[in-house]
Amino acid sequence: MKPKIAFFDFASCEGCQLAILNVEDALLDLLERVDIVEFREALSEKAPRYDIAFIEGSIHREEDADRLRDIRARSRVLVALGACAAIGNVQARSNATAPAVNLARVYGEEARDRVQTDPDHWPLWAHTRVRPISDVVEVDYYLRGCPVVPAEFVKLVTALIAGSEPRFAREPVCTECKRAGNLCVFARGETCLGQVTWAGCGAICVTQGYRCDGCRGLLPGANLEAHRQILRDAGLDDATIDDRYDLFCSAQRQPQQRRGAGPGGHAR
Amino acid sequence: MSSESFTIAVNHVTRVEGHGSIRINVKDGAVDDVKLCIVEAHRFFESFTRGMSPAEIPWIVGRICGICCVGHQLAATKAVEDAQGLVPSAQTILLRELLNLSQFLQSHTLHVYFLAVPDFLGVQSVLPLARSHPDVVRRALRLKKLANDFTAVFGGRTLHPMSNTLLGWRRLPSKDAIADIRARLVAALPDLEATVAIAKSLPMPPYERETEYVSLKHPDRYALYDGEIYSSDLGATVPVRDYLSVTNEYTVAHSTTKWSKWHRDAYATGALARVNNNFAQLRPAAQEVARELGLEPRSINPYANNLAQVVEIVHCAHESLALIDEVLDRDLVVEDLSFTPRAGRGFGATEVPRGILFHDYTFDEDARCVAANAVIPTSQNVANIEADMRAFAPAMVKELSREALTLHMEMLLRAYDPCISCSVHMLDVTFVE
Repeated sequence: MKPKIAFFDFASCEGCQLAILNVEDALLDLLERVDIVEFREALSEKAPRYDIAFIEGSIHREEDADRLRDIRARSRVLVALGACAAIGNVQARSNATAPAVNLARVYGEEARDRVQTDPDHWPLWAHTRVRPISDVVEVDYYLRGCPVVPAEFVKLVTALIAGSEPRFAREPVCTECKRAGNLCVFARGETCLGQVTWAGCGAICVTQGYRCDGCRGLLPGANLEAHRQILRDAGLDDATIDDRYDLFCSAQRQPQQRRGAGPGGHAR
Repeated sequence: MSSESFTIAVNHVTRVEGHGSIRINVKDGAVDDVKLCIVEAHRFFESFTRGMSPAEIPWIVGRICGICCVGHQLAATKAVEDAQGLVPSAQTILLRELLNLSQFLQSHTLHVYFLAVPDFLGVQSVLPLARSHPDVVRRALRLKKLANDFTAVFGGRTLHPMSNTLLGWRRLPSKDAIADIRARLVAALPDLEATVAIAKSLPMPPYERETEYVSLKHPDRYALYDGEIYSSDLGATVPVRDYLSVTNEYTVAHSTTKWSKWHRDAYATGALARVNNNFAQLRPAAQEVARELGLEPRSINPYANNLAQVVEIVHCAHESLALIDEVLDRDLVVEDLSFTPRAGRGFGATEVPRGILFHDYTFDEDARCVAANAVIPTSQNVANIEADMRAFAPAMVKELSREALTLHMEMLLRAYDPCISCSVHMLDVTFVE
């Protein structure tokens, strides 16, 4: 029987599902080998159990956490699809501010007070904090980045269908960037997080003229103190350095209670 | 079903981007209440961008939406440039217009083929079409891949592009790659004709409601990248910096997106509004398609938004060819992108596939963002979608089975191509018994 694959989204831009729809060359071939049973952005079908569940988005409300736990219980393999699910992404920056203040800034104080106390709809507004999915459930694999790299998705699914263990290099973006033959961002007189960021993107941002901002997450074991010194030597003050790490990786740097395995790696 | 009381609830409407539900309460055979609930979780972009530097803003707020990441980047770029007193070059504006056109082609193709056509053909998704209509699916994938590659050539990649920034391009696109896109666009023209043929064959549900159509308007061209705010009720434009007097946002408890209204209780923005407001400025080939599809002089059937998207696919292809020729005729020069950051407030608007998008940022003396506001097309459209549902529900309850009613409500919502993750900031139809 063909494996049943499902996609679910929580708080996200839904760009990672779009990135999967964008694998035009591989999509029709892949459809021959799997049954896609839920994909709300593209399908109306639904199913009770899944062989592989892809989760896009971070978890912000208790009702979302409950829905994720239910999906986990019905899934053999669960995969974090993209930076929101894997590390909380840019929106985790909002954790530095109280939810009531965030709501007031976006909706105004009058509207906040009215909707948060509405007897019929208050759960909609019960934002707690931005959490990567590993704070709520066990995660089997991580597809990193904002957005995900479609080739990594194809590699993971191909391996899982074949029953083999998918291998993703545990190295920093900096290594891939050298292999891509790029002039170092520091040599251009700018600064970069490529030395401490999970590889797998092929250093595409540097190749295309920008720098690495760390969207794939901080590599476990990276020497952050040494990296901080490099950034200081390049003229950044500590507050600016913290802002740079916190652009995409603020949730990785915030103390939190972890119920799942934590975003330690691609492997189980 | 004339004396029945029931509620239709469609929770987590599929094939829309973002989360929403529709609730229709029917009491003694008459429609008692219709509610469109947007249940998307908050991400607080307008709060957490505080503290960011000018160049970081467009790069990060592009993450509001995967489908219109380019539009969010461009609207934010324009707003930040306005705040910082920066004036982009003619070369930069030309490249931005092409980047924006590539996103219209990508988003409209995805929406028409993947999200809307399955409804009209009576299937659950594009997947069964891969078996029943393989030529259609292959064409859709071909067009989508062309549009994606188009974005990547100009932006560095398809999603969340990084080559463009304030004032210009960090890395210019190669002319060889641009010429390749041009050749592929020319080769795709027969695919566009086939797309128009499908659009012609789609049966439009016969529900109409006159509303206020709001779009950008430009003196010289069909307004997509730039223009002032035009209302069909007003018959005139207002400047982008006065957008708050247009959007008049308000908050309701059943929806985490904000709602908008201008001269009436609701207005519509998007492809149909643009075609209605700016028909004469469409490329001639697109005007011809609009006539063939019955959109001249205008349409007040919201389901026809899908047809207007097809018109715009044709327009954008021809507009792209013309602008690419301009690019190929000029020398692309590496520009100095440096500037001295300053305090100030700025406004930016651009048309994105779903309608007008407004961004507004204020920076302090250290050029750190201290206030941010983004008004997204879906939040401008929700009141109008609910008003359509309320207007059509009584006739639908009389004329249609519950299944058909649910489908028509979902199709109505999908016709607006709502981008809900952006607007929180869409659809469950619940039948409550």
